[in-house]
Amino acid sequence: MSAPPRAGGVSALLRLNEVACIRGDRLLFEELSLALGRGDALWLRGPNGAGKSSLIRLAAGLLRPAAGTVERRERVALIDEAAALDAELPLRRALDFWARVDTVDGHTVDRAMAEMALAPLAEVPVAMLSTGQRKRAAMVRVIASGAPIWLLDEPANGMDDAAQARLVAAIAKHRANGGAVLLASHFALGVPELAELDMGALA
Amino acid sequence: MTALIALFWRDLRRAWGSGALWLPVLFFLLVATAFPFAVGPDAPLLRRAGGGMVWVAALLAALLPIDRLVKPDKDGGVLDQLAVRGFADEVIAAVKIGAHAIGFGLPLLIALLPASALLAQDGARVELLATGLAIAIPALASLAVLSAALTANHKGGSAIGGLLVLPLAVPMLIFGAGMLDPSGRGAVKLLAAASLLLTVIGPFAAGAALRGLRE
Repeated sequence: MSAPPRAGGVSALLRLNEVACIRGDRLLFEELSLALGRGDALWLRGPNGAGKSSLIRLAAGLLRPAAGTVERRERVALIDEAAALDAELPLRRALDFWARVDTVDGHTVDRAMAEMALAPLAEVPVAMLSTGQRKRAAMVRVIASGAPIWLLDEPANGMDDAAQARLVAAIAKHRANGGAVLLASHFALGVPELAELDMGALA
Repeated sequence: MTALIALFWRDLRRAWGSGALWLPVLFFLLVATAFPFAVGPDAPLLRRAGGGMVWVAALLAALLPIDRLVKPDKDGGVLDQLAVRGFADEVIAAVKIGAHAIGFGLPLLIALLPASALLAQDGARVELLATGLAIAIPALASLAVLSAALTANHKGGSAIGGLLVLPLAVPMLIFGAGMLDPSGRGAVKLLAAASLLLTVIGPFAAGAALRGLRE
């Protein structure tokens, strides 16, 4: 385990400079800096409420930092607690919507579905999927989007061991292809060569 | 552009899917059916009051689906996913307004025919009603999406939404129903002006409300 990559090169895909985050009246963290370059991955660990999800949302641009700056050099793909797949549609059609939004073709979705072993569930309505299956489906959306920066907030919640192994493999493949991953999880996923940042220690 | 078209079709599919298409239409016809029972079968009276009733029913029909215009997308994470992809909130609001205008506006114009028959409107008045509604539909859709965005964080949002929208919709009611009056020559221009104003403001106001949902 190495220390969080702080400075990064000029080629950093994602860079947070001295950011502070306030939710409600509570200061979650301040003067937090990190940079992710191609092939980098950082695990945000810590107990519930430490600010892992808030940091992910800051990095995604969904929250404004109370201080500091966030720079994204490339497109971003996000997983959070909501799968953002229309519950009434068959899985494949729900994923196809995002494929159209991301302007990627059907083969890309096919490959991503195979990667997360979801091809047999293509015709099942999203509403019928289990928690773990829905997380895998959200992961397919992330993989298929082709975005170089992955922001994964508790991607393994509800996943069984086999699905977790597929997730870890997908992360490794993404890094090998020059992508960056910011991963928030309250438990270890077994991703090799992973830098970590203990959010619990910042408070 | 492909992405925006996909978004538009998704909203339209959700508006028309699973029989929801008929909900505003059914409501609209319900009012038109109930009104003659309430005021009695006096045709001249129905003809005079019925046009105004059509306008009230159309306004309420536009507000009927505001529960599902924004809140499901917010809860489902769809709005966050779109924001992450860099879509401006104003653009998303504009697409939603367009989809709602088509989604409820087209069926409403079709339902206008049976409703007019129930309310003893003659051909000339049906024409005026159709013209007026067609002008007002983008503005009604703007107001509906705006109030849906403003109330997406509240329980019982549709009730609050109705209260928010009503004062803004009053000018359209006045000029729209005013078109039916033979002496109301300029009403159609004023209706068009009011509708244009609301249609232009709508995406920006609703976009700001969508941005506010993330904080």
